[in-house]
Amino acid sequence: MYLQKQFLVVNMCGIIGVIDRGRSGMDGSGIKEALSLMNERGSGEGAGYVAYGIYPDYPDYYALHVFYDNLVEPKKKVDELLEKWGRIVQQEEIPTYERPGLRKKHIPWRYFYKPHKDLVVGSSTPEDDLVKTLVMDINSRIDGALVFSSGVNMGVFKAAGWPEDVADFYRIQDYKGYIWLAHNRYPTNTPGWWGGAHPFNLLDWSVVHNGEITSYGTNRQYVESNGYKCTMFTDTEVVAYLFDILGRRHGLPEDLVVKALAPPFWDEIDAMPERQRKIDHAMRLTYGAAQMNGPFAIVVATSQGIVGFTDRIKLRPLVAAENGNKLYISSEEAAIRVMDPDVQNIRMPRAGEPVIGRVIV
Amino acid sequence: MTLGSVPLRYKVSIDRDQCMQCMRCVDNCSYGVYRVEGDRIIIDSRKCTACHRCISMCPRDAITLQEKPVDYRSHPLWTAQTREDIINQARTGKIILAGMGNALDYPVIFDRLVLDACQVTNPSIDPLREPMELRTYLGKKPSRLEFRKNDEGDVELVTELAPNLKLDTPIMIGHMSYGAISLNTQLSLAKAVTEMGTFMGTGEGGMHKALHPYQDHTIVQVASGRFGVDIDYLERGAAIEIKIGQGAKPGIGGHLPGEKVCVDVSCTRMIPLGSDAISPAPHHDIYSIEDLAQLVRSLKEATEWKKPVFVKIAAVHNVAAIAAGIARSSADAVVIDGFRGGTGAAPKVFRDNVGIPIEAAIAAVDHKLNDQGVRNEVSIIASGGIRNSADLAKSIALGADAVYIGTASLIALGCRVCGNCYRGLCPWGIATQRQDLVDRIDPEIGGRNVANLIHAWTLELSELMGAAGLNSIESLRGNRERLRGYMLDEGMLKVLNVEPVGA
Ligand code: SF4
Ligand code: SF4
Repeated sequence: MYLQKQFLVVNMCGIIGVIDRGRSGMDGSGIKEALSLMNERGSGEGAGYVAYGIYPDYPDYYALHVFYDNLVEPKKKVDELLEKWGRIVQQEEIPTYERPGLRKKHIPWRYFYKPHKDLVVGSSTPEDDLVKTLVMDINSRIDGALVFSSGVNMGVFKAAGWPEDVADFYRIQDYKGYIWLAHNRYPTNTPGWWGGAHPFNLLDWSVVHNGEITSYGTNRQYVESNGYKCTMFTDTEVVAYLFDILGRRHGLPEDLVVKALAPPFWDEIDAMPERQRKIDHAMRLTYGAAQMNGPFAIVVATSQGIVGFTDRIKLRPLVAAENGNKLYISSEEAAIRVMDPDVQNIRMPRAGEPVIGRVIV
Repeated sequence: MTLGSVPLRYKVSIDRDQCMQCMRCVDNCSYGVYRVEGDRIIIDSRKCTACHRCISMCPRDAITLQEKPVDYRSHPLWTAQTREDIINQARTGKIILAGMGNALDYPVIFDRLVLDACQVTNPSIDPLREPMELRTYLGKKPSRLEFRKNDEGDVELVTELAPNLKLDTPIMIGHMSYGAISLNTQLSLAKAVTEMGTFMGTGEGGMHKALHPYQDHTIVQVASGRFGVDIDYLERGAAIEIKIGQGAKPGIGGHLPGEKVCVDVSCTRMIPLGSDAISPAPHHDIYSIEDLAQLVRSLKEATEWKKPVFVKIAAVHNVAAIAAGIARSSADAVVIDGFRGGTGAAPKVFRDNVGIPIEAAIAAVDHKLNDQGVRNEVSIIASGGIRNSADLAKSIALGADAVYIGTASLIALGCRVCGNCYRGLCPWGIATQRQDLVDRIDPEIGGRNVANLIHAWTLELSELMGAAGLNSIESLRGNRERLRGYMLDEGMLKVLNVEPVGA
């Protein structure tokens, strides 16, 4: 297909993520503070949050967050499509509170949804496949509707505005999650488009990203040839799709997914012991088109944990720190300290080396 | 009534004040432009091919060469060339033969594509200070990997990988057969690719034993004539290439004039001395894509599945669909040869009019394979008119894994693209089998020159990638985001899948 006009978002941003590996809930006030601290890394044009474990009343339903331009035409089409392929058990407008600096540009809506999995054959994850297809379909075909969050018992909250305003607009302090990611954006393009703010999400995968992916054209082609549609006008969405392909569909563990995206150099691979060399060699041959180039620091979350990593020569900063069950990953140590002054074990991972925090219960 | 002569194409003259009568021009010209009468050098300009051998050898810079000293009345339709071709054919009643690549003035798409560079928002990478990875593997790749945990709890790879060629740089030298070019030319190329960690094609003429020390860097070719093919030949190559077609003459077979078939060539090709070697247009055992798949499998079977098998096709209108068919056989790579590809000898009407440009062919094939979700499983090698490192970078950004260069590597050995290869008199010792001419190439020096060229392009490619913020070739491959079309029409942009400048 002819490339659509692309407005690539180029980022110089602040990112932060936290996990409580014991699954204790944290409300959103801490991460809001931390993100606001990094305001010089943003420009007030976009910020967002994602949290896992926030819908305990619907623990087994896909929580679809949708931006509607109006509730007539697009919503009717989305409702029809969803009803056709599954069951909507609950739907409502996401509660928002307008602020002087942040007016409602879209209507954020949410569905709790159960797809009819028997409608899909030949898949080991039929529900995920169905929801993925629905998301791609809605985002590429239905004008005025954008699904920006589609996982189970989790949700993305984002808008164009400063971090505090976005946080207060959604009152994220009212949600309790055991994983939070947040992102403060300094866009050089697509100003004011809510869909362009981070985190990006598909199914269980959420991504926050600081940097620019110079390999975007290659990565995009790879995900598109695997049945994904790039509709968000930004390079970050491919990261979510790459994790979905490699992590979910190919069943690779996080450290191998990170290895595919930010692989060791050939010189390092050549010097590895036999077993390891075989793996790394095969990874680069097989997943060359998934490899991401350019300056970036990325944190990815799923309901099972978070993983942070940087590009192969570490052109963007990333810091990790711990306190008991909590693991923090951020662009800046100061942001972590705002959330938790008592953190220990502060470290800067090497280029391409993943920092992984998994839930333990 | 006689047609008389046509005007001179070139006029050669000697500045007699400069000339020191060293006679180098006389000795060097194999076309017989110069002869000595008494103490005077007589010039027969009509024989000149503009190969520049004399000019490059003259110690006094005494020789000048002028193109079209007598012109025809200018006319946009009835160019000098069209008029002369008609006169020529009226006289002979024959197909006109020509050498080298397409000589018509089609726009060069490469020259209307521009590359990208980083500014501010992402840092460019300095290849002198940071690693820059051009290593390329050609061959089948799995679409996904499977792992298992062994008894010690370590992760182990379950998926078996097919054999791949490892290239240190994505530049290979295309198939030019022994026969079409001289042994010293092949030896020079072989030395260069061995030094640079890449590969050369042997062409369809078998492999001379002098090449055996370099066999690990050769790709042996099986073409419709099957010249020189036996199990020994197949086993020597690092990979095998089935040649279906060639960009310079899609749809027809090869033609090696008998004058070029000397003792050594006849032995290597396994054909009688002095006989024309005419490869048939089709392979007579391939009449469909299933037959091709069978031949791929037979060759793999014969070499115990140890070698990648490539399939080379000319870039024709339907190239994408054909390539998709090839990708679905067990072939490891598809080689696409664009209509600017060179040749030793081709009917001019084919060379200049049949086939499509390589730029469009790469994009179309890459797109089709991606659409079908098999792009990563098969490699794409592009050839036909790659002139410099920019063409190389653009080819990769359009979707190629690697390129073959042919003409460029010969220019590095002295070739001046005079286009008379089919006559077997190449004064540079390249497209000839006449020993005194062949001896003009010293494979040591020739190898150095070709290696220098590959090295220089490799450096330039690294710089281009670094400027675009990429440090591995995988991230340039198919990366249309780093290309923009300049003054290309919408239809062409669509085919190339590239945005216009400014977008
Ligand atoms: S090579 Fe030059 S100097 Fe020597 S004879 Fe020819 S024209 Fe004169
Ligand atoms: S190889 Fe020789 S004959 Fe052929 S174009 Fe080059 S210089 Fe002319």
